Amino acid sequence: MELTKFTVCQAADKIRKKEISVPELTNAYLDRINELNKKIGAYITVCGQEAEKQADRVQKKIDNYEELPIIAGIPAGVNDNICTSGVLTSCGSRMLSNFIPPYDATVIKKFSQNDAVLLGKLNMDEFAMGSSNETSWYGQVKNPWDLERVPGGSSGGAAAAVAAHMACYALGSDTGGSARQASSFCGVVGLKPTYGLVSRYGLVAFASSMDQIAPVTRDVADCAAVMNAIAGHDPLDSTSQDCRNEDYTSFLKNDVKGLKIGLPKEYFSGSIQKEVKEKVLDAAKLFESLGATIEEISLPLIEYALPVYYILSSAEAGSNLAQYDGIKYGYRAQQFDDLVELYKKTRSEGFGEEVKRRILLGTYVLSSGNYDAYYSKALKAKRMIFEEFQNAYQKVDIILGPTAPSSAFKIGEKTVNPIDMYFNDAYTVSANIAGLCAISLPCGFDSNGLPVGMQLIGKPYDEGTILKAAFTYEKNTGGNGGIDCGI
Amino acid sequence: MAITKEDIERLADLARLNLTPEEIERLTGDMETIINYSMSKLNELNTDDVLPMEHVLPIRNVFREDICEKSFDREEILKNAPEKAEGCFLVPKVVE
Repeated sequence: MELTKFTVCQAADKIRKKEISVPELTNAYLDRINELNKKIGAYITVCGQEAEKQADRVQKKIDNYEELPIIAGIPAGVNDNICTSGVLTSCGSRMLSNFIPPYDATVIKKFSQNDAVLLGKLNMDEFAMGSSNETSWYGQVKNPWDLERVPGGSSGGAAAAVAAHMACYALGSDTGGSARQASSFCGVVGLKPTYGLVSRYGLVAFASSMDQIAPVTRDVADCAAVMNAIAGHDPLDSTSQDCRNEDYTSFLKNDVKGLKIGLPKEYFSGSIQKEVKEKVLDAAKLFESLGATIEEISLPLIEYALPVYYILSSAEAGSNLAQYDGIKYGYRAQQFDDLVELYKKTRSEGFGEEVKRRILLGTYVLSSGNYDAYYSKALKAKRMIFEEFQNAYQKVDIILGPTAPSSAFKIGEKTVNPIDMYFNDAYTVSANIAGLCAISLPCGFDSNGLPVGMQLIGKPYDEGTILKAAFTYEKNTGGNGGIDCGI
Repeated sequence: MAITKEDIERLADLARLNLTPEEIERLTGDMETIINYSMSKLNELNTDDVLPMEHVLPIRNVFREDICEKSFDREEILKNAPEKAEGCFLVPKVVE
């Protein structure tokens, strides 16, 4: 029996029925990682011994019939930009290639409270800057559906690990669509929670006004279970929202009757892959046949979301990454004459090219003389985009569109022109800009046999509605029909 | 808007980065592409009467009572320091 094929909810059930044990399940995952990590490159660090110890601890609780949360004893991987006490947290960068945090991120504390088993830390684009996992200092993650293709990014390690059954679920991060786009490329489910819902304490900052930690799972029910464990107010994050603790699993109902779904026409024009468009429109038809109302809407400002995103996120990144100076932690260059040279050499050797590009862009848009024309202009456009979504939600409950313009592309295909790469995020960045919640889930395959993903975008704090719609879609299609990447 | 090599060198200095001539060459072209694309789009929008939006949430600063709490152990924090001495971070000479 392949233990790694079970979803979180299935495994949790079997653990409680004593059909499988937590140590058995954990060892099955560690074996799988051992077998596949050279090929896929999903993990930067594997915490084998600690995972085995934790598995034994949780099994004792199970044997004592303690009441435990669903994710108790279920082995998970965590993005390498989420701080784990005593375990390397590199952000996929040489700059942090020796950084051992002395503390846990709030989500990791919540993992402990929920008796989760941490398998290890997942590969990602350097400081989460990238859409293909090609910028990691630790090497390229491969897409388990086709090893010549990218897994998406920046949370490519998370999506690839879940797809290849090297983790039962994972925590990625989503600043401009990272977790959703990678989930789409790897045929798994990724949720970007509403800004403020999941604590960012201990998430290494990229663009603080948009960063969110994001569950990556095999199905929608698992996604709800993980959200129950990680959402909630945290006094250590000043942008954490004091909203009621929802039971996200209560929204897992096969019902979209009366749900108003908006299809923005702008999401289906331009350079979208034909098969992606077809699959998402098929999904819309399915929703309609199940009693939802489909309404074509227009979001003309969507085409401005990408430049707004790159200006704002780079400005924030330029500021956030100023902390890497080779003094307090992280990489330090060896040869230098004075303090400024120490800074410059450390940063030049420690950061990769994409990170340098974003730091320069951020420095440019914030420098005196440019601030009003670039940064301030982008903040104004952000308000217009925010208001356009608010108006759209007067008419519809959720918005449906593709997650990415195409299925997974080949490694190296989009590394020449940065704009080509940035266009991957064209459909996802608006949810981050406007602080909305959004879920990506598989909706079929293209003619190359690669997974296609669709995205349901909801109002702030309305995760319930997008989870319900996603769950309904999955129930009525079988998700990917039990097809997995076969690796 | 043309971005020159001198612009990139100035920005790199502000951002405390040393760039090789090849990097300067590449990044000058990249930056020009990115800036021109972004601004030609954004300048299509009339934003005259729009207020900049820093944050999507109506948030205010969060305060707490000024109470002493246990913080990190000094040795624990210094474990990650590239160079340290006598409980302090060690840096190159800053003041002559």
